[in-house]
Amino acid sequence: MVLTADERAIETRHLGFTVSPHEECGVEEAVRIAEAQGGEVTVVTLGPPEAEEQLREMLALGADRAILLETDGADWDPEATAAALVEVIEGEAPDLVIFGNESADSGGYQVGIRVAHALARPIVTGLKALAVEDGQLRGQQETGDVYRVPLPAVVTVKEGINLPRYPSVPAKLRARRKPVDRVQPAARAPRIELVRLRVPEGRGHQAEVLGEGPSAAPAVVELLQRLGVA
Amino acid sequence: MSVLVFMEAGDELSLQALTFARGIDPEAEIVAFGTAPAVAGVVHLAELGDYAPQAWARAIAGLGATTIVAAGSDRGNEVLAHAAVMTGGVFAANVIEAAGDDIVRMRWGGSLLEEARLHGDVRLMTVAPHAVAAEEAAGEPDVRTFTPELHDADMLVRVVERVDTSTGGLSLAEAPVVVSGGRGVGSAEGFEPLEDLASLLGAAVGCSRAVTSAGWRPHTDQVGQTGTKISPELYIPCGISGATQHMAGCKGAKKLLAINSDPEAPIMASADYAVVGDVLEVVPAISAELRRVRGAP
Repeated sequence: MVLTADERAIETRHLGFTVSPHEECGVEEAVRIAEAQGGEVTVVTLGPPEAEEQLREMLALGADRAILLETDGADWDPEATAAALVEVIEGEAPDLVIFGNESADSGGYQVGIRVAHALARPIVTGLKALAVEDGQLRGQQETGDVYRVPLPAVVTVKEGINLPRYPSVPAKLRARRKPVDRVQPAARAPRIELVRLRVPEGRGHQAEVLGEGPSAAPAVVELLQRLGVA
Repeated sequence: MSVLVFMEAGDELSLQALTFARGIDPEAEIVAFGTAPAVAGVVHLAELGDYAPQAWARAIAGLGATTIVAAGSDRGNEVLAHAAVMTGGVFAANVIEAAGDDIVRMRWGGSLLEEARLHGDVRLMTVAPHAVAAEEAAGEPDVRTFTPELHDADMLVRVVERVDTSTGGLSLAEAPVVVSGGRGVGSAEGFEPLEDLASLLGAAVGCSRAVTSAGWRPHTDQVGQTGTKISPELYIPCGISGATQHMAGCKGAKKLLAINSDPEAPIMASADYAVVGDVLEVVPAISAELRRVRGAP
């Protein structure tokens, strides 16, 4: 990874962006619920103006509309992110709010929980299966632990809860015409104040090559025996 | 009490969190639910039945600590996030170093480190798995039971049922050896030699995200940032290039033996040992050699 000169962000000039796996599965799950039971799916993100591209991808997946909480690209801490989300979610009053279990980049593990408290709704996290029936939500984690909560509720999901579809070309075309609302949330002083980012020191050496091709097998078996795993 | 550690009995990551917390304050006390961990020190113990994250957090928040530490596990992160709201505190996940208000935490599954300053009267932090080695703290706990004051909604979210999700096989998270396949395995059928080697080694079979996305293996086999995080004695990634998201899932492995046709693949910089070659030729050769050495037919 390459950092910007001030060491406060990743140099993204030559990088592409993508939706995090947990969140893509969250959108897919929402679309499946709406397809089966009716309803509207709104997808929300906080990010720079360019994040519209990722919102369009999620509209192509089947979401109906999108809201972009527009920032200047600076780092927002989890509390500030949650506060901005609460404002739009209160206006929408959805039956179910779905988050990714944790973001792929900063991995704060708390935005969904902070939002749930602000909305005074129950939250179940890390779901690998969920079902909505008669105003109740049943959620199951990978450990097999099962929770039941009344709607409206907040959940966080993990990749593996479903296998997201590949959007068809017509779906991508339709997504271009779907509405994306832009909101400028008020920034607030972060309580997790970023000082600098750094790339962890590598081990500084390459692997010891045991050999090439099938002829390396005896050296590998010797290693397995030495490590006590053969 | 300045430093409090939320622990789960018998949990290795909780022991790592305890070691981390006692590095901040050697007198750090412990809070646990149901069963006290078998470690020396003051243990505040409450009985609240099966896991109920908000109720557990309420109990922890009520103990009045100014620094609260837990394992960087699903439950550690969840309970501390609730406790952060309840205490008005600031919560940093996956911390690897802490000194006063200054912390270093992992981003991008550990591919990047963040140096940050926490602003809050109560600091909460989970400890990144395997960032510190658990020190021996075994002893007789000084157990002090307490009855937390809960709010009405605190017990609304709790485990009400447990479904058996074990597949009968060896668990990926706990296997001493893991053999994983990536795009380089080529197909679902290409995993057969990996399965064979794994059965010879008593290993579990894992895979990369490219493989689950292609539908060759179920997501439960996926090793990585958004899959299972493993910490075996030996990890054998086969035909896996070593994307940062994959490496985030195998940081805990003691040794890494990469098998890859590309000597320039990023995995080579993370591996301890490597074989350069086609997985579908190398892996069967290793299994054959193992059988030969063992004298099996």
